Amino acid sequence: MNKTWNNKAWFMVLPVLVLVAFSAAIPLMTVVNYSVQDTFGNNQFFWAGTAWFEDVLESDRFWEALGRNLMFSGIILAIEIPLGILIALNMPKKGIGVPVCLVLMALPLLIPWNVVGTIWQVFGRVDIGLLGRGLAALGINYNYVNNVFDAWATLIVMDVWHWTSLVVLLCYAGLVSIPEAYYQAAKIDGASRWAVFRYIQLPKMKRVLLIAFLLRFMDSFMIYTEPFVVTGGGPGNSTTFLSIDLVKMAIGQFDLGPAAAMSIIYFLIILLLSWIFYTVMTSGDETA
Amino acid sequence: MSFSWMAWTLPTALFFLTILALIVAMGVWEYFSPGGNPRVGVLRFETTRGDRLFISLLGSAFIHLAWLGLVGPSLWWALALSLVYAVGVFRYV
Repeated sequence: MNKTWNNKAWFMVLPVLVLVAFSAAIPLMTVVNYSVQDTFGNNQFFWAGTAWFEDVLESDRFWEALGRNLMFSGIILAIEIPLGILIALNMPKKGIGVPVCLVLMALPLLIPWNVVGTIWQVFGRVDIGLLGRGLAALGINYNYVNNVFDAWATLIVMDVWHWTSLVVLLCYAGLVSIPEAYYQAAKIDGASRWAVFRYIQLPKMKRVLLIAFLLRFMDSFMIYTEPFVVTGGGPGNSTTFLSIDLVKMAIGQFDLGPAAAMSIIYFLIILLLSWIFYTVMTSGDETA
Repeated sequence: MSFSWMAWTLPTALFFLTILALIVAMGVWEYFSPGGNPRVGVLRFETTRGDRLFISLLGSAFIHLAWLGLVGPSLWWALALSLVYAVGVFRYV
């Protein structure tokens, strides 16, 4: 069959290109320009070459923040992905329970980041917060303001509370798209619950899981608002992630050059990790 | 409209022009030989020539960063190494 080729359709993409240029390409180019210069304001710039990149690569502050970021993303992915799958598997497939569960699941996703931070900041407070007071009543010495472990635990539980729903909803969408015939065939073959999960449900959820994994990784790796509101990066620097450090550097200290160099390295790391995850998780389909 | 806030310098302008030229060249290549030449190389997954350009550019960025962190601020050898790496990627990946 001969397809009709009409290249004028490319003009339809033009508005998106313009939008992307202004929202992504131009800011990115500006950041690259800033990263090789120094400024004291007033639009006056002085050539600095690769000095800022060297500074960032040699600073312990950067490597420690990067380590914290990787640890945070690793922990929340290890909790949210299995937990999300488990909840999705146990959600009702028909009846009144479906909309009820879906709405309940969607609720945390609708709350803005800074509000989530504020909720948990108050919730965890030892003097007035339900969680803080409750734990104190149980005799547990919990204080996210001065204890590193407690600060981390609060941030992780908060993130799990906020974002597991996303994994659940994506997995649920994958699950309901599996035709009933698959389950009937599995039943005839006498497949166990585990076998059904391993050979029917998990492969069918692969695509959505990939999306969930990538979204959660990128989002958690760029986390800023919640730790900023809850812990402010403390106690000490224990919850100062790259994004918080970056804002301190760029806006607090107005060191635009080093901050630009750091953002480029941060961007490259996210790009590399996302590409690796994407490639590893999709390469199986192409060869299969 | 003034773009002075973008703080352009000659080296960064050349850098972005090179990237732009690479993308245009890929477009021309695609025009004369459509399909992106997909194949499975040493990394054991299918890549098109667009993927190979991406892998080359991303790898080159890390080669330059590693050189800067481990060797020193003179990046000409890093550039040479990146070119060798890019040729390798286009040949074998």
